[in-house]
Amino acid sequence: MLQRLRENKSAQGTLLALPTTVWLFVLLIIPLILTLVVSFGRRNPDGNVIYDFTLDNYIRLFGYSTDCPDGQASCFDPIYVNILGRSLSLAFNTTMFVIALAYPLAYFIARSHPRRRNMYLFMVLIPLWTNFVIRVYAWMMLLRKEGAINIIIGWVMNALNIPFAPLEMLYTPGAVLVGMVYEFLPFMILPIYTSLEKIDNSLYEAAADLGANPFKTLLRVTLPLSMPGVVAGTILVFIPVMGTFIVSDILGGRQVILVGNLIQRQFLDARDPTFGSAASLILMVMTLIVTYFYTRKFGFGEEIVVA
Amino acid sequence: MTSEFAVELRDVVKRFITPEGNELNAVDHVTMQIKNGEFFSMLGSSGCGKTTSLRMVAGFEWPTEGEVYIEGKAMGHTPPFQRKVNTVFQNYALFQHLTVYQNLAFGLEMEGAKEDEIKKRVGNALEMVQLTGMDRRKPKQLSGGQQQRVALARALIKTPDVLLLDEPLGALDLKLRKEMQLELKALQQQLGITFIYVTHDQEEALTMSDRIAVMSKGRVQQMGTPVEVYERPANKFVADFIGESNFLEGKVKSISKKEASVFIPALNAELAATPISEGIVKGEDVVISVRPEKVRVAEKGAMNQNMFRGKVTNTVYIGADTHVFVELQGAKLKVWEQNRISRLDPKSFYAVGQDVWLMLMPENSLVLKKE
Repeated sequence: MLQRLRENKSAQGTLLALPTTVWLFVLLIIPLILTLVVSFGRRNPDGNVIYDFTLDNYIRLFGYSTDCPDGQASCFDPIYVNILGRSLSLAFNTTMFVIALAYPLAYFIARSHPRRRNMYLFMVLIPLWTNFVIRVYAWMMLLRKEGAINIIIGWVMNALNIPFAPLEMLYTPGAVLVGMVYEFLPFMILPIYTSLEKIDNSLYEAAADLGANPFKTLLRVTLPLSMPGVVAGTILVFIPVMGTFIVSDILGGRQVILVGNLIQRQFLDARDPTFGSAASLILMVMTLIVTYFYTRKFGFGEEIVVA
Repeated sequence: MTSEFAVELRDVVKRFITPEGNELNAVDHVTMQIKNGEFFSMLGSSGCGKTTSLRMVAGFEWPTEGEVYIEGKAMGHTPPFQRKVNTVFQNYALFQHLTVYQNLAFGLEMEGAKEDEIKKRVGNALEMVQLTGMDRRKPKQLSGGQQQRVALARALIKTPDVLLLDEPLGALDLKLRKEMQLELKALQQQLGITFIYVTHDQEEALTMSDRIAVMSKGRVQQMGTPVEVYERPANKFVADFIGESNFLEGKVKSISKKEASVFIPALNAELAATPISEGIVKGEDVVISVRPEKVRVAEKGAMNQNMFRGKVTNTVYIGADTHVFVELQGAKLKVWEQNRISRLDPKSFYAVGQDVWLMLMPENSLVLKKE
C-alpha cells in the first residue's frame, strides 16, 4: 500500500490536497450554498426562515419598497443602494490613500541599507500585534471632541489667540476613512516592498545610463516593475474594506452604515437572515466584479504576500 | 572631438568603508589616459578596482579624490544621465517589462527623439547586432547570447563617445564568448567608438585590446599593448597574472641597461638575463621569469651558461601542446612543447625519468622586482 503510494505521484498530490479540500468544502462551499438558498427564502414573524423561491430580498435591496408615503403601493427607496455605493466608494478611496501612503514608504525601505530593512519592516508590523478593535478604539480617543487632536489644536490656536471650537471629527465618513487607511496600510506596504526589493539596482543604473533622470526612472522603470506589488496590495486592501463593519461601527456611529454593518444588523438585530444573505451575496458579487475588471487591466499580482 | 583623450582618470582614489568600519581604497591613485577610438581593457581579478574605475567613468560612483575627464571635460559630480557614455552591464540589466524594441527605444525617447527616427534607428541597431525580427520579444524569451546583443545595441544606439563594457561576455559559454570577442572587436573598429572593457579573463583582454591596464589592489600594475604586457611584464604580479611563467629567485651579481647576471641558489649557477623592472640594483633579491613555451628542451647538451641538466618528472598531453615538468636540482620548471608531429607513438616524446637539457635564453629570462 505504502509502496504503491510512493510510486504514484498523482495519488500523493490528491492526498496532500485532501485536508484543505475537505476544509474548504465543509466551511466554504456548503455555507455559500446555504446562504444562496436562504437568500431566496422569506422570513416569518418569529425571525425563522421559510424556504421558498422569491426574489423579494434582492428587489428590496435594489430599491423596491412597499412602505411608501402618500399611500402608494410601491416606490423607489434608495437606502440600500446608497449603502452599497458608499461601501464601494469608501473601499476605492481607502485603497487610493493607502497606495499613496504605502508606496513612498515601501520605496524608502526597499532602498535603505539591507541591515536596516528588517527593522523597518518590523516596525510596520508592530501595530498588528495589538487587537484590531483596540486600535480602532484608540482612534476614537484621538478623534472625539475632547480627544487628543482637538486638545493639541486648541493649544496652538490658544497660543495664536485665534478663537477655536473643537472639531466634530468622530462619527463622520472622514473618521471611517482615516480608520480604514490606518488599519490596512501594512497590507499594502508589504507586497509593494516585496516587488520593489526585487528590482535589481543595475536597472536603475541602466535607466540613468540611458539618459533618464530620477523622475523618468520612477515613471518608466520603477512603477511598472512594482505593479505586481500594487495589484496584490490592492486586492488585500480593497476586499476586506468592502466587507468590514468594525471600523465603521466604532468610528462612524450610526452615521456611516456600510454593507458590512447592514449584513451584521440583519442577522443580529433585525433577525432577518434572508435579507442578510441576499446582501452578503450582492457584496460578494460586487467585489468579484471589481476585482475581475481590475486584474484584467493590471494582471494578477504575481505575489500575494500575506503578513 | 575636442580632446586627444576620450577618457582620462587623474590620480583617482575611491575610498569605501568596509562593514568592519575600516577604510579601503578600492581604487588607489589611478591615472589612465584612454585615446579616442581605442579598445582599452582593464584587466584584473575581482576586487582589483577595475569595475569601480569603470563605474566612476559611467557616473555611478564619484571619486573620493582626483578627477575623471570625458572628452577633456572634468566630470565632477555629473550624474550618469548627463554623460555621453553608455554602459553594457555584466548582467545586461535589460528591462524585463519592455520588449526588445522598447528596450532599444528607451534611450532615444529620453533624448526626445521623434517616433519615426526612433523606428529607423532601432531597426538599424537590430540589424547591426543581427536581431532583426526579434523586436516584439521580451528579454526573457531570448537566449543569453541574444540578450547580450540587445544590451549592446541598447547602449550603442545612443551613439556614445565612449562605450563602457563591464564583463559583458562573462555569462556566455566558451565558444560563444570567443565568437563575440571577435565580433565586438570588429564592431569597435567599424564604429570607431572608444571601448573601455573590464574583464578578469586575460586571454579575452589580449585578444581584443589595443591597450591593457593590468590592475591589482586598486592600482595599475602595468599599462601597455598586449605584446608589451606579455613579453615585457613590469613586475612579478603581471608576469604571473598574464599567461603562465616559471619563477626563479636570485640575487643580482651585475647589472647594466641591457643585460644582467643573476645568481640562482636553487640551480647553484649564474644566469645571464634581461633586466625589465626599473630601478633594480646590484645585490638586490629579484625573480627571473621564463615563459614555459620559451624554454628549449634538448636530449643532449653541454654544461654551458644558461643550460641546465634535469630529469622529466611528468608529461601531460593537452592536444596542441605537451606540458613537460622538469626537475633541475632545486627547481621545478614547466615547459610547453608544441606537438608539431603526431605523438601517437609514445617513443616520439620524452619519458618520465629521462634526462634532458633545458636552455634558458638570456633574452627570455626576465629580471623582475620581487613585488
